[in-house]
Parts: sequence; structure tokens; C-alpha cells
Amino acid sequence: MSKKIGRGNSQTQATRRWAWLFLGPVVAAFTIGFVWPFIQGIYLSFCKFRITSDATFVGISNYQAALADPSFQHSFWYTAATAVVSLVLINVFAFAVAYALTQGIRGSNLYRTVFFMPNLIGGIVLGYIWSMIFDGILSHYDTSILLETKYGFWGLIILMCWQQIGYMMIIYIAGLQAVPEDMIEAAKIDGATKWQTLFRVIIPNVMPSITICTFLSLTNGFKLFDQNLALTGGLPYLIQPDGSTINTTEMLALNIYNTFYNSSTAARGTAQAKAVIFFVLVAGLGLAQLAYTRKREVQQ
Amino acid sequence: MDKQQTLAAERRNKAILSVVLAAICILWVLPVVAVVINSFKLNTFVKTDTFALPTSESWAGMANFVKGMTFGNYPFKSSVLYSVVITVLSTGLILVFCSMAAWYIARVDSLFCKALYFLCVFSMVVPFQMVMFTLSKTADVLKLNTPWTIPIVYLGFGAGLAIFMFVGFVKSIPLEIEEAAAIDGCGPVRTFFSVVLPMLKPTLISVGILEIMWVWNDYLLPVLVLDINKYRTIPIHIQYLKGSYGTVDLGATMALILLSIIPVIIFYLACQKHIIKGVAAGAVKG
Repeated sequence: MSKKIGRGNSQTQATRRWAWLFLGPVVAAFTIGFVWPFIQGIYLSFCKFRITSDATFVGISNYQAALADPSFQHSFWYTAATAVVSLVLINVFAFAVAYALTQGIRGSNLYRTVFFMPNLIGGIVLGYIWSMIFDGILSHYDTSILLETKYGFWGLIILMCWQQIGYMMIIYIAGLQAVPEDMIEAAKIDGATKWQTLFRVIIPNVMPSITICTFLSLTNGFKLFDQNLALTGGLPYLIQPDGSTINTTEMLALNIYNTFYNSSTAARGTAQAKAVIFFVLVAGLGLAQLAYTRKREVQQ
Repeated sequence: MDKQQTLAAERRNKAILSVVLAAICILWVLPVVAVVINSFKLNTFVKTDTFALPTSESWAGMANFVKGMTFGNYPFKSSVLYSVVITVLSTGLILVFCSMAAWYIARVDSLFCKALYFLCVFSMVVPFQMVMFTLSKTADVLKLNTPWTIPIVYLGFGAGLAIFMFVGFVKSIPLEIEEAAAIDGCGPVRTFFSVVLPMLKPTLISVGILEIMWVWNDYLLPVLVLDINKYRTIPIHIQYLKGSYGTVDLGATMALILLSIIPVIIFYLACQKHIIKGVAAGAVKG
């Protein structure tokens, strides 16, 4: 980093003359695809609007409406539950599989290939594959995944495990392979059992991978959309005493989508406010991860 | 004697482990097997006999695939074409322009570069729902709502991760190589394209694979930006089979799902090593 200042100054000058070529296309697309929509999104969350051009400023009332919306509250808790349960299951299984695959078993590469495969299939397709499977089982009991919240919940958890275990496994395998061989050897000579070696030597050494995977599965869980839409689409409904309905398996991202596009256009301000709240939540998780990994790096 | 016993125990443990892993492995491919089986079944049998092999009674032959081609009042081959066009163009644009920008950001020390880099990292933690409404309106106004222009939107929204990864790699390349090129009379443009770009190859592959996987499977961005009566990508097409009212032909749906995952699985088996490496490299994205 420090090298580029002071040295090669004439070269930097020459490069600067080409800024329009090197930066121009990305800056233009980035402005269209991110910066402008983001700024406009923040502004519109304080407005009443149907289309982006007829916005009138209304202060924080959109945020009040969003936070008071029972379907939004429900989707928050439902999302949190899904994210936490899937986080625990995915990481425990992914670590176990990664650990097993680094024991020098024949065919490890084949297993790794198979476990990772679901990751390449898109969320919508995954949702329909699993909705066929669950309905294939549940139809024998005269019910469907769309009829009971608990089926929708566990169905989604199974789907997420199937999709993400292979991904986290790859990160854990990389972490496990970096554990110094002599450390494990030394533990063995000192008479440590397999379990002692695992908990006292191996796991402390793969903490960075564990941190990455924990945060990844948490943010993946919070941002989940395609799978949720395709598997249950939020069904079944629950009719509230006041006549409004809650989609009981609707997660935050889907709730925001439905508020934008599947309810009255008057609710668009509320939807944008929900989106900002969602952004703060997800970005908060991202920053927490960054701060946490930085802290660990300093310690090591 | 003692050593022999532990060796035998270890061998036994490994055998047990192999069996358990093999069992999980079979469990793991079952959903895909179910898709294959059901794509050859008549619609009425998909729901009731999901896990049975097709019998002479439930066998549909290629009928599901034939029906699938025009199922949902939209030609399947058009959605394949649009998916390919959008994925190839978007990935190409991202690789070329983001590597250029990343090199400039890493080599030129200016406030603008720092701000741009910060914005790129920042954009990685912003969920799509935050910008989806305003982005789709902006894209509409600027006529970026066709398969040939939507790659610009992908370049914009995907720039963050790509630039972040490229900058990380460029910083690890010693500056001396570029200085030598400059002394030999290379201008910045030539230095980048004939000296830096070839060295970026491993990162180009990693980023390329991440972008291909993202764009190919993406549903929400194209469904909001494109005019879906005219242009449907594969995920949109499959969603609209189910989304349209009335009964859905599950057999035909499974046939289309099978057709759409076959290329993905071939792609995976062909470049497995790069894919796994690329995914591990992209794990920084939250």
C-alpha cells in the first residue's frame, strides 16, 4: 500500500489520465444500479408515494406503520427462528461432515462433490423440488405443506440444510486442513483422547472458519427469499381478530415484497420503510461479523 | 499387541464412518433422483406415488418434456436463450469493467478511489429488497428492461463483490512488474491488458463463477426489471408455471426442472475444482 505513494509518480500521473476508461463504466453502472436507488430508497421511506415521481414527505409515519404492522412483527420472529435453527443445524452437520472427510477416508472427493452439489441449484427450483417431495409424503396423510405452519417451517429448515451444508463444509474443510499436523500429533503423544483432541486442539484452531460460517448462515437465513416464495409462498394464512391476515410462513424479505407488490399501492411507503429496517438489520449483522473477525485477527 | 488393537479399532471406525457417509450421500442425491423419476410420470401420479418408480400405468414417456416446451403459454427455449444471454453478458461486463476499475483503485491513491472502494464494500451488506423498488423504476426509465440491457444493472449491483475481490488480489501483485512494463514503454492501458490482466486469471475465474451462479439463478431482479410477458428467464418461467391460477401439471414442471438443472450439474462436474475454490474465496460476502 505505502509503495504506491512516492514511487512511480510519473506512472501514476499517466494512469490518472485514463481514469475515464478504467472507472467510467463501473461508476456509471454502479450509480444506476446501486447508489441512486439506495439514496432514493432512503428518501422514499419518509414519503407517501405510489410511483417514485409523486412522493410527498410525511416524516417517520411510514416507520411507525411498519413497526406496528402485525404481519411484519410476525415475519421478523419467524425469520429469526428460521435463521437461528438453521444456523445451528447447518453448522453442526457441516462441521461433522468436514471433520469426517478430513480423516483420510476413501472416496472423500466423491462425497464432497455430492454434498456441495445442491448449492448450484437456484432457490426457486429448490423450492419446487422440495414442495413436490413434502407433498408426496404429506398427501398420504391427507394434508399438505401449505396447510400447516409447522410443516412449512421444518420443510424450509430441511431445504436450507440440504442447500447450505455442502457450502459450509467446504469452508470447514479448508479450516481443518490448516490445523498444524504436529499439534495434533503432540496431543496424541500426550495421551489425549480423540474427543479431547477435537475440543481442545482442533476446534480452537478452526475458530476463524466457525465465525465466518456462523455469520454467513445467519445472514443467509435473514435474507432468504426465493426458497421461501417457492416452497410455501407464506401460506397458510391466519386471520387476525381485526380482519387482517398474516401469512404464517412469510419471512422478512417476502413480507417486504408482498407489501410492495401484493397489497394496495398506498402501502408502498410502509414497504420502503420496512426495507430500510431490513437493511439496517442485515448490515448490522455484517458489521458485527467484520468487527468480530478483526478482533480475533488482532489477538492471533 | 496394544498398538495392533488400536489400529484395528481405527480401521473399524473408518469403515463405520464410510458407511454413514455413503448413506448420507444417497440421501443427498435422492431429491434429484425424485425429479428424474417424476419427470417421466403422468401428472396424477406425481403427488400420490412420488417415490415410486414409474410403472406401465404411470409412465408418461417423453410427453412431459414435449408438453413442457410450450407449457405455461411461453416457449421454454426462449427462457433458456434469455437466461444464457443475460448470464454471459453480465458476467463478461462484470469481469472486464470491474477488474479495470479495481486495478485503478488499487494503484492510484486518491480520495475518489477510496470513496468508491468504501461504497463497493458497503454495497455488499445491502440486501436487494432495500433497492428493489427504486432500482426497477430507474431501470425502466433508462430502458434497461431487456435481456440485452439488463446486464448493465447486474454490473451496477454486482460491482461491489467483484471489485472487492479484484482489489484484494491486485494489491498482492508486486508493483515492480508494472514499473518494468512502464520503463519498456507500455502505457497504462497496455500495462493493464497485457501485463496485469493475465496475472489476474485465477481471480477472474473465481469471480466469474460466482457471478455465473448468481445471475443464472437470480429470480427477483429480472422479474422486477424485465417485461415478463416478453422476457422470462428460467427461474421466472418455473415460478410462473406454479404462480398461474388453475391446476399445475407437476409432471411437466418436473421435466422442465430436470432440463434446467442438467446444464448446471454438467457445468459443476466439468469445473468442480474452480467452483469450489471460487465459492470459498467469495465466502467473505455476508
